[in-house]
Amino acid sequence: MTSLILSRTTTWDAPRTGPSTRRPLALLWLLPLLLLLGLFCLAPLGWVLWHAIWSPDGFTLSRFASILDSPFYRQAFGKSLWLSGCSSLAGLLIAGVGAAALTRVPGRWRDAVIAFTNMSSNMAGVPLAFAFIVILGTNGAITLMARQWWGIELFDLYSMNGLLLLYIYFQLPLALLLLYPAFDNLQPQWQEAAALLGASPWQILRHITLPVLAPALLGTFILLFANAMGAYASAYALTLGNINLLTIRIASLVSGDLFPDPELAAALCVLLLLILALICWGNQLLKGRFHYANR
Amino acid sequence: MPIARHWPKAVLGSLMGLLLLPIFATLVYSLSSHWGATILPDGFSLNWYLQLWAEPRFLAALGRSLLVCGGSLLLTYLVVVPAAFVIFYRYPQLDKPMGLLILLPFAMPPVVASVGLLSLYAGGALPLVGTPWILLGCYFSLALPLLYRALANRLSRLALHDLMAAAQLLGASAPKAFWLVILPSLRKSLFSALFLSFSFLMGEFVFANLLVGTRFETLQIYLYNMRATSGHYTSALVISYFLITLLLTWLASRFNR
Repeated sequence: MTSLILSRTTTWDAPRTGPSTRRPLALLWLLPLLLLLGLFCLAPLGWVLWHAIWSPDGFTLSRFASILDSPFYRQAFGKSLWLSGCSSLAGLLIAGVGAAALTRVPGRWRDAVIAFTNMSSNMAGVPLAFAFIVILGTNGAITLMARQWWGIELFDLYSMNGLLLLYIYFQLPLALLLLYPAFDNLQPQWQEAAALLGASPWQILRHITLPVLAPALLGTFILLFANAMGAYASAYALTLGNINLLTIRIASLVSGDLFPDPELAAALCVLLLLILALICWGNQLLKGRFHYANR
Repeated sequence: MPIARHWPKAVLGSLMGLLLLPIFATLVYSLSSHWGATILPDGFSLNWYLQLWAEPRFLAALGRSLLVCGGSLLLTYLVVVPAAFVIFYRYPQLDKPMGLLILLPFAMPPVVASVGLLSLYAGGALPLVGTPWILLGCYFSLALPLLYRALANRLSRLALHDLMAAAQLLGASAPKAFWLVILPSLRKSLFSALFLSFSFLMGEFVFANLLVGTRFETLQIYLYNMRATSGHYTSALVISYFLITLLLTWLASRFNR
């Protein structure tokens, strides 16, 4: 899904000499789109930003202060960051090896793997959590196998480790689909040239492959991280909301909780958006160091 | 060197195996009559599927999901297709800002949007919270980036002005030319984006759960509410859902060729 939206393979280069401003009435066709986008995307965002910092008495930062003061909310931040960081790194690593392998197999294999990856990316959210319960839950198939055949107790699926596994699972297809085009662009001649000049495989990886791939790896990491930070359904379905994650906290502050506090939820949302913005900014900063990033 | 030759296939094979494992296990579980404290199931049967597809509550939830996804996609297409055409035909300079604007619903986590939506539309002029109508708007903003991107990719490669001019020279009005010439050339993008966004929306849980919940039980909400029932039954439910999305993505890839 993500790769479809973000890959802009074509650029606009048609003549711009058309009848461009003679009929401003044509702009009316854009109105419904802007209206709907405004009502269901811009307005909620605006509400969140406004209510995070505004109280009946005026401008306030007290909500942020109370969030940062509370060990409970600090833990939610910590757990969300840990889960997103670890699952994105693991997804990136595994998908990196997978993408490298994907450039070294015949086209028939490649098409099959990509089709299959697309298919498995449908397995997310609530259905995925249920599938994991079937294989790794208290009476899951693999849990029973491990207990009866090898006499070991597997980790608890309903803990952070179980959640990490679930997150890696739904990050993998996305990571593979995003990374593969970059790996496909690697020219084998570069490695051959370096090898002819006496570079070891490690030196080739360190000085040629990784620098060329760095922008794609970074960009993919950001997307995976944002994807995990915003994820809610699978964690909620697996732990019934009993795990302390940022999105779970936000949701429980606005829906059916004993103590609804939409303003506090708004402040948590702003902090979440700030983290995402900070990471994107860091990505831009790092990307600038690779002059060939925007080839 | 067999290792150097075969490691890519081994890596990909095990990766696909890992991705397949939960799906396959759920399939086996849904087909087994009982699977208690033993490693392998006692026997196989289609009973869970027969029970599921005869359950009125499940069928009603499936119907609601199809209705709300179909409705929001109809709305999305009615709004976005003419807008994208107008942008590329008359105001190509607007494509870039639109490209940025549609990233917004895509970048904002649904949980964040829900916080604002719950407060904005709980009462007042637009009391939408708790009704399926709010999902139409939310799903519009989820499907918009997909559809616009697909249309923009195709429209930027069409010689729009030549096509429109040729049709109008032959006596067609501008709307008629759009309907008979431009729309058919967008057919592939339209269908491929339709099935992709349909399967995407069928899997949506956050908006449905936070904004509407059990007052309009969609497939995902039904699945979540069935968590306490037999694992075989929920497995049959998961596999049925998965097959539906599989069919939709398969259709999308057929049109994408």
